[in-house]
Amino acid sequence: MDKIRIINKLGLWVVMFICLFSFEKVKAASEEVDVQTIVFSHIQDAYTWHITEWGETEISIPLPVVVWDKAKGLDVFLSSRLENGQTYKGYQIAQEGDYAGKIVMQDATGEWVRPVDLSLTKDVCALLLATVILLVIILKTASWYKKHPDEAPGGFVGMIEATVMYIEEEVIAKSIGEDYRKFSSYLQAVFFFILINNLLGVIPIFPGGANVTGNIAVTFVLAVCTFIATNAFGTKAYWRGIFWPKVPIFLKLPIPIMPFVEFFGVFTKPFALMIRLFANIMAGHTIILALTCLIFITASMGVIVNSGMTIVSVLFCIFMNCLELFVACLQAYIFTLLSANYIGLAKEKD
Amino acid sequence: MSLLTPDSGLLFWMILSFGIVLVILSKYGFPVIIKAVEQRKAFIEGSLDSARKANEQLANLKAEGEAIIAQAKEQQNVILKEAMVTKEQIIAEARQKAADETRKQLEEATRRIREEKEKAIREVRAEITDLSLAIAEKVMKESLSKDEKQKQVINKLLDEVSFSKS
Repeated sequence: MDKIRIINKLGLWVVMFICLFSFEKVKAASEEVDVQTIVFSHIQDAYTWHITEWGETEISIPLPVVVWDKAKGLDVFLSSRLENGQTYKGYQIAQEGDYAGKIVMQDATGEWVRPVDLSLTKDVCALLLATVILLVIILKTASWYKKHPDEAPGGFVGMIEATVMYIEEEVIAKSIGEDYRKFSSYLQAVFFFILINNLLGVIPIFPGGANVTGNIAVTFVLAVCTFIATNAFGTKAYWRGIFWPKVPIFLKLPIPIMPFVEFFGVFTKPFALMIRLFANIMAGHTIILALTCLIFITASMGVIVNSGMTIVSVLFCIFMNCLELFVACLQAYIFTLLSANYIGLAKEKD
Repeated sequence: MSLLTPDSGLLFWMILSFGIVLVILSKYGFPVIIKAVEQRKAFIEGSLDSARKANEQLANLKAEGEAIIAQAKEQQNVILKEAMVTKEQIIAEARQKAADETRKQLEEATRRIREEKEKAIREVRAEITDLSLAIAEKVMKESLSKDEKQKQVINKLLDEVSFSKS
């Protein structure tokens, strides 16, 4: 009985897919699919939150633009005023050049320059959403303990507790050593902040899907925080290890090769953190988008090729989404683990 | 490419939101959770410890109870043994008493029988003596006088015919 039902369901799906193709084919065949534009417009920040296109009308949410300039002062307006290259109060979105896709304005000399742009862009909104979700989750969990002293939680609170304690004991305490409590809150915050942003990024529909942790500004701030946490609390032995490492003397004098290498390493470590997270998440988004675009590229190649490629694309997309889910957790874990390791290394004693 | 240049607006918002997250969660979030979990851990450990202690006490109590029972059993055995001995003693005494009584009664009976017998013999003797005397008197009414010498002869004769006196 069950088998028959499953086969029936599968059959239904296949029919639905075929309908979808025949419907899409008409549209796709009429225009060339520009994969690069689709992919880049997704992984880059934007002033509007594009959701989908329904026929010819674009469904997107206009987001508030906040710009400030010395001469003009503060301006706040919705990004829908700048749609399709419109100009509003002298501001417009640059179509090309160094500032392509960004809000620009003409200064006194007629040069196009960037004002101070604090707009709530797509990534900022996703970031704020993730912040709110994270605060709610963790504070709810924390308040649970106040209501239930000396009890063991189950369900969602139990899951958060297990994660927090795993990070605390297995990652932070083991990497930093005895003096780990000072850094534990920072590293916990980093882990959950990256995790929640990564997971929201994997969700393909509206409030999710933004490429937040795949944006270099976000990973840059996190890496700078780790850089500060590492070096501001470095011990004497750590700084001696950098400027007077234990290597044969000819490597230090007269040309300080090793001190230079070590000093360089102080910056490459957080830099690697920044690039690793950024590249992993961005690449994941890019691959999933490219695989999805494959369906529409092959639409003009006939039904057989198209349906074959669609099946391949869907299978690969499922695989990639599972992989991304794993990567989302893994990258948050790795960022935290390496940060903790760097902090632990800076705590070395003689 | 603009992919690799951090955007100042996003930088600002990122610093702001991450700062807020960091400040709020490092005050009301993670330390609270970790403290609660550690407290619970301590509580559970304490509970386990007291349970272990209670168990130990229970085992001690059990052992004590068993010791008491063993002691009581021993005492019981001792008492039983004593009772046994006493019983045997009593029985032996009773037996002795009974035996004595029996012997006494037997002796009494023998004595009485002997007395009765002697009495009877004495009576019979007297009777016989009288009878003999009467006979003899009758026999010797003529020829013989009833003197003392004749009585003695007859008595002597009777002794010989086995009517012992004592």
